[in-house]
Amino acid sequence: MIRDITIGQYYPAQSRIHRLDPRVKIVCTLLFLVSLFIQNSLLGYVIATVYLGAVIRLSKVPLKYIVKGLKPIVILLLFTVVMNLFLTRNGETLVHFWIFAITEGGLRTSLFMAIRLMYLVAGSSIMTFTTSPNGLTEGMEKLLHPLNKLNVPVHEVAMMMSIALRFIPILLEETDKIMKAQQARGADFESGNIIQRAKAMVPILVPLFVSAFRRANDLAMAMESRCYHGGEGRTKMKPLRYKSGDRIAYILTLIYLVVIFVVGRFVPFKLWIF
Amino acid sequence: MSIALEHVSYVYSPGTAYEKHALKDVSFEIPQGQFVGIIGHTGSGKSTLIQHLNGLVRATSGKVLYEGQNIYDEGYNMRALRSQVGLVFQYPEYQLFEVDVLSDVCFGPKNQGLSPEECEKNARKALELVGFPEKYYKQSPFELSGGQKRRVAIAGVLAMKPKVLILDEPTAGLDPKGRDEILDQVEKLHKETGMTVVLVSHSMEDIARYVERIIVMNHGEKMLDGTPKEVFRHYKELEQVGLAAPQVTYVMHDLKERGFDVSPDATTIEEAADEIMKSFRG
Repeated sequence: MIRDITIGQYYPAQSRIHRLDPRVKIVCTLLFLVSLFIQNSLLGYVIATVYLGAVIRLSKVPLKYIVKGLKPIVILLLFTVVMNLFLTRNGETLVHFWIFAITEGGLRTSLFMAIRLMYLVAGSSIMTFTTSPNGLTEGMEKLLHPLNKLNVPVHEVAMMMSIALRFIPILLEETDKIMKAQQARGADFESGNIIQRAKAMVPILVPLFVSAFRRANDLAMAMESRCYHGGEGRTKMKPLRYKSGDRIAYILTLIYLVVIFVVGRFVPFKLWIF
Repeated sequence: MSIALEHVSYVYSPGTAYEKHALKDVSFEIPQGQFVGIIGHTGSGKSTLIQHLNGLVRATSGKVLYEGQNIYDEGYNMRALRSQVGLVFQYPEYQLFEVDVLSDVCFGPKNQGLSPEECEKNARKALELVGFPEKYYKQSPFELSGGQKRRVAIAGVLAMKPKVLILDEPTAGLDPKGRDEILDQVEKLHKETGMTVVLVSHSMEDIARYVERIIVMNHGEKMLDGTPKEVFRHYKELEQVGLAAPQVTYVMHDLKERGFDVSPDATTIEEAADEIMKSFRG
């Protein structure tokens, strides 16, 4: 059901990855995403798999959760694979029928592209799974702090982001509740043509918007009554400080980045066409 | 004509860190026309339980029988079931969406496939049943007070003419006056239409005054099941699970302990008063 959407959710557990400084996780996630794009070879993806696998293992987040997080991109994934598979004409033709042809290059590109997309989502969801929304904001704020000099409202942006993240599960739950309530009144979301189905969404969307506004209003009120007035002069109870584990994580990720770059680019290893 | 649960268990998100046994082997039967209270503290599984009664949540194991038929049978008409077993959720006013009160109440009957005239007739009847003033029929439901919104939402379910009405914490967030009004109206409904009513609450006081039978839930299990008098005799056990018997039960027990000749079974203030007067006269 709708509860199964896991993207952007925190998974509570005690692990090395959970304990890392949020800044480390943000930077390392970015580096991981970069690493997927600076190479395109079988060995490179093997190394990326090892790195990602190790992080998932260390994070104690069940693999099932991460796979579930991939569900929303299934359509995009299929689309990319099909497009690449049939439209890339490169190298020898493997299969040919009517106007369609699958070439070596097409197979290679579509497979690698699929892996890339899945790792992109899995890599970033590991970050949100292991970092609480608050930690994420704090890390982001600290990392982007230099932009303050350019008059970028870093604190405000970070706060908005964390609120948005925090609201995802709340609004999902709310949607679930409203859907059930309307179903109890005989609403039908499954049958009918596309226009009827779009119309059937009205009884869900109107209460959902009303409730989102109400919650936003309540939250603003609660923040103001606790004297929130933006980031200026605001101190932290637990300021972020790098520990030895954080340094190790940085070093390991940098080593990984160098290795994947060198191996992926300069080691000529090929298995069949990949 | 009854609803029965047979060994119903329900597990949330099985196989993950969030796995939670919301219901464990719950069985009971509610005959047609009974006024039942389901009680339990937050997280005891009462809301999950009632969502089984109209098939919104599917049990992990066990059976739900409505009028003797298993609702999990293939081809069972769930929508027909939902119009017979009306469920009013907690804070039902958050599901209002139409431009005016009357059309919102019409939503249910419309989904049943009735003609616009019939929808309106049923809607008007339902609004009348909950005591909603006619002059506000054409007003936007978002402009009403909390208590009035709730009435509209309850009417929205009543308009489907259910045989069973389930109310999840219908008085949550209302002031004492609003609470009494809603509960009195529900009681009136029960008396006038002979409808089965299931009232979910965590307040014993609310429930004791109205219901014929109480089912106590604790950690997803049925803990007690009986008439209010029977259930409140276990007031010590109720306390252990974070519930309490009505205040009068305590007073009566204290009186008895100090040597007054009263029966401690009184569950409402009126009964208690009678009992005390009797012991004075006798």
